[in-house]
Amino acid sequence: MSKFKKKKSGDMPAVNTASLPDIVFMLLFFFMVATVMRQNTLMIQNNLPFADQVEKLDKKDLVMYIYAGKPSANYKQYGTEAKIQLNDKFADVNEIAAFIAAERASKREELIPFLTTALKVDSDANMGLIGDIKQELRKVNALKINYTVKKGSVFGNK
Amino acid sequence: MAKRAAPEVNAGSMADIAFLLLIFFLVTTTIETDSGINRKLPPMEESEEDVIIKQKNIFTVLLNGKDQLLVEDDLMELKNLRKAAIEFLDNGGDGTCNYCKGKKDPTSSDNPDKAIISLKNERETSYKTYIAVQNELVAAYNDLRNKRAQSLYGEPFSEMEANYKDVNWPGNKEKLKEKIEQIKLEYPQKLSEVQ
Repeated sequence: MSKFKKKKSGDMPAVNTASLPDIVFMLLFFFMVATVMRQNTLMIQNNLPFADQVEKLDKKDLVMYIYAGKPSANYKQYGTEAKIQLNDKFADVNEIAAFIAAERASKREELIPFLTTALKVDSDANMGLIGDIKQELRKVNALKINYTVKKGSVFGNK
Repeated sequence: MAKRAAPEVNAGSMADIAFLLLIFFLVTTTIETDSGINRKLPPMEESEEDVIIKQKNIFTVLLNGKDQLLVEDDLMELKNLRKAAIEFLDNGGDGTCNYCKGKKDPTSSDNPDKAIISLKNERETSYKTYIAVQNELVAAYNDLRNKRAQSLYGEPFSEMEANYKDVNWPGNKEKLKEKIEQIKLEYPQKLSEVQ
């Protein structure tokens, strides 16, 4: 009888986890390579609208970002009206000219005509604010603009 | 000196360290949206002489503060806008446009070169509606260009443009650019915004 008992007593062998670090490292490298660090900390709600006739913005270094939207929950003290954000702080419409000039100064001279202004505006913002931004951009001759949107059907906007 | 074996470093916690880093990168990763609708603003200095444009060559789109759409003085649903714009652009009323497939209605636009879409919005219009309308109007132009390119060169316009931007595309870029310019000439994007 002891013959049979002996077999039963064997435990489940432990799963070999020696290759676990390799798998984790693989994932780690993927995310390290794919990560794009955010340039700006958003202080506004930025829920972009949907559209489907989109073109890609390919040269990241030739894009100037202007954000607009309602102040997010942490910045309630700034009110509920949509505001403009440039770099890391709220800005007024008349600061756009200075912002564009500063961005242009930081780029090489021959690249300046190719600069695009990307407008990342919350879908609930009013066109009045965007009209003001566009007017300012026209004044400083920054005419190439891009309305940044999420890819999807426009009928999903409602 | 007797050779002494170096003590083995315990690598058991390597996985934990790697996990820590992995979780950090997982949390900080944001998939950035970097695509959108490209537009060009009109330059500031306006030409003094008034260009006279016939009323029938203008397609007026008005967006009011309640996000309602008024096209050529009629209320319209957003989903019908693209079709209406295509009909207007592709009308070819004066017969000079031999590639137009429209109704040749004499009360609508003369030819795609003269047809202008005028978009006006109010300050209270919401941004998402504005983008939706912009998108539909751009789509009308793209639809027409795609159809024209398909019948001329056997491939849609959007594909030709994608090929032109693609650095690995093997074909002749000079020729492709000519084709693209030809299509753009036949259906120029004349979309003006009223301030």
